[in-house]
Amino acid sequence: MTNSDVIERHIISVLVDNEPGVLARVIGLFSGRGYNIESLTVAEVDSQKHLSRISIVTLGTPMVIEQIKSQLARLVPIHSVCDLTEMGASIERELALVKIINSGDDRIEALRIADTFRARTLDSTLESFVFEITGTSSKVAAFIDLMQSLGEVEISRTGVSAISRGNRIDLSAK
Amino acid sequence: MAKSAAAADKRKTSGDKAPAGSTDITMAGAEILLKTLEDEGVEVIFGYPGGAVLPIYDALFKNNQIRHILVRHEQAAVHAAEGYARSTGKVGVVLVTSGPGATNAVTGLTDALMDSVPVVCLTGQVPTHLIGNDAFQEADTTGITRACTKHNYLVKDGRVLQQTVAEAFHVARSGRPGPVLIDLPKDILMGEYAYQSAGVTEVAQARYRPSTKPDAEAIKAAVAIMKRAERPVIYGGGGIVNSGPRASALLQQLVEMTGWPTTLTLMGLGALPASHDKFLGMLGMHGTYEANLAMHGCDVMLNIGARFDDRVTGRISGFSPKSTKIHCDIDPSSVNKNVAVDLAIIGDATIILEMLIDEMKRQSFAPHKPSLVKWWGMIKGWQKRDCLAFDQSGDIIKPQHAIKRLCELTTKHDVYVTTEVGQHQMWAAQYFGFEQPNRWMTSGGLGTMGYGLPAALGVQVAHPDALVIDIAGEASFMMNMQELSTLAQYNLPVKMFIINNEWMGMVRQWQELIHGGRYSESYSASLPDFTKLADTFGMKGLVAKKLGDLDDVIHEMLAAPGPVIADIRVAKEENCFPMIPSGAAHNEMLMGPEDQAEKPISEEGMVLV
Ligand SMILES: Cc1ncc(C[n+]2csc(CCOP(=O)(O)OP(=O)(O)O)c2C)c(N)n1
Ligand SMILES: [Mg+2]
Repeated sequence: MTNSDVIERHIISVLVDNEPGVLARVIGLFSGRGYNIESLTVAEVDSQKHLSRISIVTLGTPMVIEQIKSQLARLVPIHSVCDLTEMGASIERELALVKIINSGDDRIEALRIADTFRARTLDSTLESFVFEITGTSSKVAAFIDLMQSLGEVEISRTGVSAISRGNRIDLSAK
Repeated sequence: MAKSAAAADKRKTSGDKAPAGSTDITMAGAEILLKTLEDEGVEVIFGYPGGAVLPIYDALFKNNQIRHILVRHEQAAVHAAEGYARSTGKVGVVLVTSGPGATNAVTGLTDALMDSVPVVCLTGQVPTHLIGNDAFQEADTTGITRACTKHNYLVKDGRVLQQTVAEAFHVARSGRPGPVLIDLPKDILMGEYAYQSAGVTEVAQARYRPSTKPDAEAIKAAVAIMKRAERPVIYGGGGIVNSGPRASALLQQLVEMTGWPTTLTLMGLGALPASHDKFLGMLGMHGTYEANLAMHGCDVMLNIGARFDDRVTGRISGFSPKSTKIHCDIDPSSVNKNVAVDLAIIGDATIILEMLIDEMKRQSFAPHKPSLVKWWGMIKGWQKRDCLAFDQSGDIIKPQHAIKRLCELTTKHDVYVTTEVGQHQMWAAQYFGFEQPNRWMTSGGLGTMGYGLPAALGVQVAHPDALVIDIAGEASFMMNMQELSTLAQYNLPVKMFIINNEWMGMVRQWQELIHGGRYSESYSASLPDFTKLADTFGMKGLVAKKLGDLDDVIHEMLAAPGPVIADIRVAKEENCFPMIPSGAAHNEMLMGPEDQAEKPISEEGMVLV
């Protein structure tokens, strides 16, 4: 048993039946019990079995993280709950679309920084760009920070999607 | 109208493939529903009709397997189903209409969720093509009840109706039991679908499979800890009762094998006979001195089916500071939620107790005799404080005395007790000894005033020949007293024993202790004459105004063949002790009025409920 009060960031990957209300159930659990959601993504991953994967990034003490996992596991439409942070090596990615409006040197600098971050330019006018950037949340955040200092910015982020490294597959029923 | 009929027609032709060995018969959705309820062993439904469920009521009219009890408010339907469920171990069933019918059921569902009571609630819904249009009597029932059910369903396709109902029963009764709601649009109830005579159960049970069998290693580890115990305590809860009567028998066996002192939560009362010499009484906020001090001072705590509720633990930082804690629970999310434990055993209480006893035998477990004798010596010392003593002098009936006499005069009966919420509830828990499980129905987790009368109604329906008593407070009683009409209609001989102190006594007590005696809005003004109230419903009404009346009233109440309201006028300003004030620990109990002044409640305690 860990008694630590340290707040940890965990990525929890949940396999659920893709049925009406399942997302509301998960979100309601978090809001009702006062847990944090840093980000949440969801999409169907198996159209035959109607399974969706929800990736949740959350913050909490070890005791709260344990609670979150066992509370999730008792929901009827949830098949499996994996704590990718605890399981060791995992890959996390987030995608953001960043629109920046500026001109002159700032515009050139924005393009240069986008290039170093390997962001793609999806749209351009004479006074704006839309960049697509993919990476860990912290890389995305760093890019957004820089853009914000160079002009007026609008942002759309997907939230984190994650998967474990190695040859293990999680499609297990509960 | 024409549109929905056409839609129903289309559905008739499209049937899912039936499993082998099953014959399909085409029926209306409402008939499939009732047939599936029969398959689940349902005998009684508690309900109230309305537009959206008329097809079900029509099918009920033609059905002679299932009995319907017409309540007078949907909240009462759920509490009645809870009473039925908790006194039988079966699933209680509720049927209500859409909109207001469903919203009225919400308190009952929340109550059942908090106390882990298996209930299936069927709600009507506007037809599927009107959902989302703010149609007449439309409410987002699955949305509203998502947080107060274990699971809920909106049936949008009649072909999955049978399956859904079967799964709902499975979910309600398996694992940690709870309420499950099925929202049924009217067109689904009227459409025609295939009913499958076989193969449904297997599929219905496939998706939800909570583990009930504990890890053998954890059992071994528990016995290893238990062997070292010098000041042990067993702390049992409602999970033992929910697991079935065998769990209670096994608990008693464990208690006798170990000789360990044992305390029970409010929800667990009856799991060990109250008269058992190892029983320390209930623990917690209004628990006994000896039970709370044993919890505080123990070195090994064996929790079976209890959830470290805040009414039990008091201030967490002061809770049983020196003990190694073993927590047995069917619900993994109960573990390490409020209190960090040293060992968790996840499973059904019956199986855990069986395996524990086996393992103890295998390891030839013997309690640590000298330390246990010493520990019992300390406990006996605490018991000498006689924390439940009260002073019944003079002519005014003390509420504690009224309940004590009620218990003593009913020992020969097959008795079931329900309560409302307040001081009377705590006094009932303290002074009414329960010798068996499933005999005590009270709203523990939610603390719902108005629970006791409808719950008693449900218990009496399940046990027509038993003595069923609602120990009530006069304020709580008035929250669901429309159910008097239901009792009258079905001649259910429930005895309503009202501890009438003319106050919302528990509120008054907190105002006295915490808010400087400013009794804001807690007086029960304009009470009815309860005997006349009984009279208007054709029941017997009795009143006890002084000590000398009490026994006679109880005797007369017990002798009456039908329902009785007994208005017991008790001392008005009596407080419920012992009490662990909010924010205090087990060893900081108030023992009686003298302590009140000496130990004012802390600032932090005041914000707690
Ligand atoms: C539905 C509901 N509303 C309010 C409360 C808060 N409450 C708890 S006890 C109590 C007073 C109960 O009075 P009574 O039924 O007369 O019982 P007594 O405490 O006097 O025995 C109140 C208002 C509650 N538990 N339930
Ligand atoms: Mg009262």
